[in-house]
Amino acid sequence: MSSILFIPLLPLIGFLINGLSFPKLSNPVAGIIGTIPPLAAFALSLQLFLQFDGNTQIVPLLDWISVGELSIPIAFQIDQLSLLMLLIITGVGTLIHVYSSAYMSHDEGFGKFFAFLNLFVFFMLLLVMGSGFVTLFIGWEGVGLCSYLLIGFWNKKNSYGDAARKAFIMNRIGDLGFLIGIFLLFQEFGTATYQEVFEAIKAGNGSNLGLIAFCLFIGAMGKSAQIPLFTWLPDAMAGPTPVSALIHAATMVTAGIYMVIRANVLFEMSPEVLHFVGWIGLATALLGAAIGLFQNDIKKVLAYSTVSQLGYMFMGLGASAYTASFFHVMTHAFFKALLFLGAGSVIHAMSDEQDIRKMGGLKSQLPITYITFLLGTIAIAGIPPFAGFFSKDEILAHLYHHDIVMWALAIVGSALTSFYMFRVFIVTFHGDFRGTQHQADHLHESPIAMTLPLIVLAVLSVIGGIINLPAFVGGNEFLAHWLNPILPEGSHEALEVHFASLEFLAPLAAAFIPAIFAIQLYGSKKAVPAADAEISGIQKIIYDKFYIDEAYNFLFVKPIQFLSQFFYSFIDFLIIDLLVESTGKFVKSSSNELRKLQSGNIGFYIFMMVAAIAIILAWTLKSWIF
Amino acid sequence: METKTDRFMQSIPEIIRTIPLTHYILLSSALFAIGVLGVLTRRNALIVFMAIELMLNAVNLLLAAFSSYFSDPAGQIFVFFIMAVAAAEVAVGLAIIVMIYRNIQTIDIGLLNKLRN
Repeated sequence: MSSILFIPLLPLIGFLINGLSFPKLSNPVAGIIGTIPPLAAFALSLQLFLQFDGNTQIVPLLDWISVGELSIPIAFQIDQLSLLMLLIITGVGTLIHVYSSAYMSHDEGFGKFFAFLNLFVFFMLLLVMGSGFVTLFIGWEGVGLCSYLLIGFWNKKNSYGDAARKAFIMNRIGDLGFLIGIFLLFQEFGTATYQEVFEAIKAGNGSNLGLIAFCLFIGAMGKSAQIPLFTWLPDAMAGPTPVSALIHAATMVTAGIYMVIRANVLFEMSPEVLHFVGWIGLATALLGAAIGLFQNDIKKVLAYSTVSQLGYMFMGLGASAYTASFFHVMTHAFFKALLFLGAGSVIHAMSDEQDIRKMGGLKSQLPITYITFLLGTIAIAGIPPFAGFFSKDEILAHLYHHDIVMWALAIVGSALTSFYMFRVFIVTFHGDFRGTQHQADHLHESPIAMTLPLIVLAVLSVIGGIINLPAFVGGNEFLAHWLNPILPEGSHEALEVHFASLEFLAPLAAAFIPAIFAIQLYGSKKAVPAADAEISGIQKIIYDKFYIDEAYNFLFVKPIQFLSQFFYSFIDFLIIDLLVESTGKFVKSSSNELRKLQSGNIGFYIFMMVAAIAIILAWTLKSWIF
Repeated sequence: METKTDRFMQSIPEIIRTIPLTHYILLSSALFAIGVLGVLTRRNALIVFMAIELMLNAVNLLLAAFSSYFSDPAGQIFVFFIMAVAAAEVAVGLAIIVMIYRNIQTIDIGLLNKLRN
């Protein structure tokens, strides 16, 4: 009971200590204060997880708003789904805190960084522990804020600040939809608490469910970077690499998937919205994977891969494969955090170089990073028996039975993923070193605080699949059974997949063939991606991200800027300013005239008084006189 | 037992009524106008003060006349009140004038323009 409250409270305390005492605390102290709260929260979550008896626990905290019929409590809900999210957030969070204590050690904003990270963990925990959509929304906005703060952490560079604002504004667009969804929930049901809403829906109450689900999904599109609101995520790579790993790969961006799984009762009632979710996911998965093909910034590749993987998760949701999607959330948290942290290790060694064309041959210098990055690459490519294979294939298997076209396109996306991940891996770690002499002299393996999280995450990426090993290969489908109580009935049905079927072999081919192709192209032939100027044709279009940013700029940013300019120079300057200023001028000039009456001459005053009395008298008597 | 004096006092209204009311009104108006002009034109504070008294008394005269003509004692009572208040006012006003003189060695109200603008 009380330990539940401590889980989100500890990171908040950590934030307050580090935030208030920055920059007085020395770096090691701030690092320890920042790392302990997520670690302790992880321990508490683990204890809760082990003691969990299958019954949902609600821990009321306070009545936030209570007006007439409306009552919005803030309470925590501990159930199967939130427990797993707690473990992911605090577990991966702890590893990334440890990693950051080394990665950020030369940064002057060290304490501030840890304060923001802790605040992020606090809001994320609030998001997953909340017992209603309102608490979820508080966490939802809070993580958005932390994301903004951390993307713009190195705010001395203007483009980083722009990236932070872009992320914030894009998220705000989605949040508007989410907020409208919550308002509609209140209108329909008078409450936004999960249990009450879902019971009402199960009882057949409420209309407009499709609209509500759609509005909530708009919020998920913003937070989880789906078409059309995905362009902020690649730009979010401006933040320090541990931030990219924690927020923009492992946890925050999966909030949208968490929300849909949480609201599965609602989404199941509106199949057309689920259909929409699936197709948006597919489009995003393909677009992200396609753009990822030719990017040369190591973090950008990972960012587009994240966009693409999130698309897979939504595809799974669209096929009502909630368990599979959540499975992918978990394994993705492991291997994507691993890949980002590995990329951070490379960037650290390369003196902040991010262009893979200037790397190469780092294998011998960074052995631990090399091996862990390789494991992560294999996991994300979907090669068995690594974690990514099981989770992605489970989604694909559900798609096969849901919609064969979707499945085929998803296989294409999977092949692209395999290709670009191996491309990045080979170009970065194999071949000859292509950086400057200065960078070559400084090449070094990262300290233990950075390699240890890599090793832990690599192990998880390798063995993560056993959490939900399908029955036909001898697993016990732990995750499916665990999540069963909160999912719609019948959605956990085990899929029988035959080893020799198209269904089984196509994903394998999609994983292996592009990987071998990439190894051939960039490994054996030692091809290096072309310099910016030499890129042409369709490759240039892809390299420039299909000009989506430019299109948004042209369609939305430019018209708004033009409109603002118009309002500024015409409405504001010519009309409002003129009105306000001339009022002031009139008062000033007329009072200037009036003050001349104040001559100080008593005779004049008296004369005015008498004249006034005479006038009043005449006025009063006028009917009598005339 | 009615004395001679009593009879005289009772006959005062009648004596007043021997002159038409219009005359009283004209006289008071003239006195009041003189007072107003005095206040407006003279610069000596004492003379201004006297002109104010003149206006007050023009009104008093009119009140007494109306009182007799309409046999209403209220008018005369007002006159007594006004005279009492005016006496007090004169005491204060003269004191102010003395203080003005002590401060600026003159009682010319044209020079009292420190509140200008």
